[in-house]
Amino acid sequence: MKTLTPLDQFPIFTTRIQDFINWSRKHSLWPLPFGTACCGIEYMAVVGTHYDVSRFGAEVVRFSPRQSDLLIVAGTIVEKMAPILRNIYEQMPDPKWVISMGVCASSGGFYRAYHTVQGIESIVPVDVYVPGCPPTPEAVIGAIIKLQEKISKGDTPQQRLLEKRKMAEATAQTAEDSDQTAFTSTPLGRH
Amino acid sequence: MEYRFQLEQQLKERPQTIRFDRIEDSQTNPNEIVITAPASSISGIADFLKNQKNFRWLMDIGAVHYPEREKNFEAVYHFFNREQNKRVRVKVPVKEGEKIPSLTPIYKAADWAEREAYDMMGLEFEGHPNLTRILCHHEFVGHPLRKDYNPRQNQILSKPQEFHFDPLPENEDDDVLTNHRNILNMGPSHPATHGTFRWFVELEGETVMRAKTEIGYLHRCFEKMAETHKYSQVIPYTDRLNYLSAPMNNDGYCKTIETLLGVDIPDRAKFIRVILNEFSRIIDHMVCIGTTSVDMGALSTFWFCFKERENVYSLFERLCGNRMLTSITRVGGMITDLDEDWIRDAKHEVERLRKAIDEIDGLLSNNKIWLDRMQGTGVVSKEMALDYGFTGPCLRASGVDLDLRKHEPYYHYDQFEFDIPTMSDGDNFSRYYVRICEMRESCRILEQALSKIPKGPIIIKDPSIVLPPKKEVYSNIEALMNHFMLIIEGIKPPKGDVYSYTEAANGELGFYLVSDGTGNPYRLKVRPPCFYIYSSFEEVITGGLIADAVATLGQFNVIAGELDR
Repeated sequence: MKTLTPLDQFPIFTTRIQDFINWSRKHSLWPLPFGTACCGIEYMAVVGTHYDVSRFGAEVVRFSPRQSDLLIVAGTIVEKMAPILRNIYEQMPDPKWVISMGVCASSGGFYRAYHTVQGIESIVPVDVYVPGCPPTPEAVIGAIIKLQEKISKGDTPQQRLLEKRKMAEATAQTAEDSDQTAFTSTPLGRH
Repeated sequence: MEYRFQLEQQLKERPQTIRFDRIEDSQTNPNEIVITAPASSISGIADFLKNQKNFRWLMDIGAVHYPEREKNFEAVYHFFNREQNKRVRVKVPVKEGEKIPSLTPIYKAADWAEREAYDMMGLEFEGHPNLTRILCHHEFVGHPLRKDYNPRQNQILSKPQEFHFDPLPENEDDDVLTNHRNILNMGPSHPATHGTFRWFVELEGETVMRAKTEIGYLHRCFEKMAETHKYSQVIPYTDRLNYLSAPMNNDGYCKTIETLLGVDIPDRAKFIRVILNEFSRIIDHMVCIGTTSVDMGALSTFWFCFKERENVYSLFERLCGNRMLTSITRVGGMITDLDEDWIRDAKHEVERLRKAIDEIDGLLSNNKIWLDRMQGTGVVSKEMALDYGFTGPCLRASGVDLDLRKHEPYYHYDQFEFDIPTMSDGDNFSRYYVRICEMRESCRILEQALSKIPKGPIIIKDPSIVLPPKKEVYSNIEALMNHFMLIIEGIKPPKGDVYSYTEAANGELGFYLVSDGTGNPYRLKVRPPCFYIYSSFEEVITGGLIADAVATLGQFNVIAGELDR
């Protein structure tokens, strides 16, 4: 975005429409905290008064997947929970992003065990991984900023998918695009 | 000793249904008696203990797999008598496939405990109303805690379990319109169910007519992981049991191994553990009250509670580098010492906590909405609490003043002045107010402990248990070798078993440890306090409003990490 006149006189911006949409999106992330374990408590601290994530425009916590666009997976995902996580992700409207908070969600952590999913990327696509057990609130805020950068560049799988769909509509392609269903209906390599 | 002879005589006088092989004193606990008995007489023994000897608590049922023995499984029952402060551990060796009579008609606590033993080990209980899997998912094949189950063998679940209630008997007079019942599934991803609990309720209007609860959505295999790691490597896993008050779990686990080893930790270490425990207890109760108030719509209380948590977190972080999951105890003592600055700041923090507790008390205790929502809802009577094996604040809210810190003082808890707050109503308000009072008592303990803390070492000096100081490791070969051997082979407690318990924030946190003399625990069974508290949930919410069930869950303070392990 480029400012044409000094701000205090007459603010005029020129930009592309897509950039403007991305700019709005990145400052109004509505997270759904899928908090299952210790990281969920640490996420409460992120939302709490001391760290106050509302400074970064991501404080409107919604527990309904229909009302949110950022899935924060905070905590260990076990085999019993995996199909539910997938359901929740599918119920979220596009575009949507995923932050994998903590090592348990990212890789199973030190639970290399019979009932623990070894990383959620086999269930949902992940945009930003946050290391730590649990990550410090600063790291979580860092991840949100990282995600905002990616969103403003239009560089997330979800945004690329939307772009492709738009292109397909424009060229009146009726055949089903394999990319189009990549993140919406096929389970990602778990079955 | 005397008590054992008396018990032995009385057991022998019982009708022929009770047989037992052995009765002996526990090697580790002077108040504990160990009975070995065949499966057929367990319900007779349980009935005798409960009705004749006043053992009101069935604390836990564990199961151990011994592949090399002829009777290759062993069910281990822990009974507790509060008045005489006696514990009885009954071991029941069984062969695979042999049925054990269920204790569900005698103790309600046996319901989930037996289901867990079935799920984890495949023990069969005869007469159990619903012997199904509880922690693993319903498509799981095999029993994971058996020694022949590979800890890394994952089994993928294709779809979540579906529930249904048995249809009601049809009554022709019933009007379809007025007698319509709704089925509602809540959780596991629902803000009021705190992430990982799932209930399935049948509603008439807003009244819960029937309820089912499902757990296991955070079963991350603590007990199997403990078997595959060295004793000291298990300490970080214990942090993640009750992650709201991690130091307490570290403490409970290390105390178990210390009891088995027969070592006594230095006084200063005991004081540090007391200080960390009481801080943890306060912040645990803060989260409980804070999240309940969020569920009730009082968001501001949540901010108040979390502000104070942050301050305590900072103290923990200064001590060990991590805010929440501290891993700060070691077998034989502590890893870091408190310095004068820390103690000064901690004293200051206690003052702030006292103010914060008054503030929270002022915000809620006389608040009309809060009282309306909390008083008279989720009532647990004294009898019911005992039957389900309640411990901790939830039990004290039902009028039983059991607190292990007073009852069986460990770590010099008998030298501190503090009271055990109890209430008699057993409703949500009682549980809330007991917690408020307990936080104040914890502040009292903290003030005394912080001013009385003695000087001295913080860890014992035993080269077979404790790593040598780093300075020596880098400068002399014996210490270096000692370090290597302890890391590679681990601590080796003697063969035997021990049940050790501490008063954690939610109640009695017990560890039943079986050692085979190697560096890994042979079997580590945790007795999580909220497992038994939550097992009563179906019964408590039935007949009440669905909105009250949310308050009840909040005040039960069920922690998924500890519940599902």
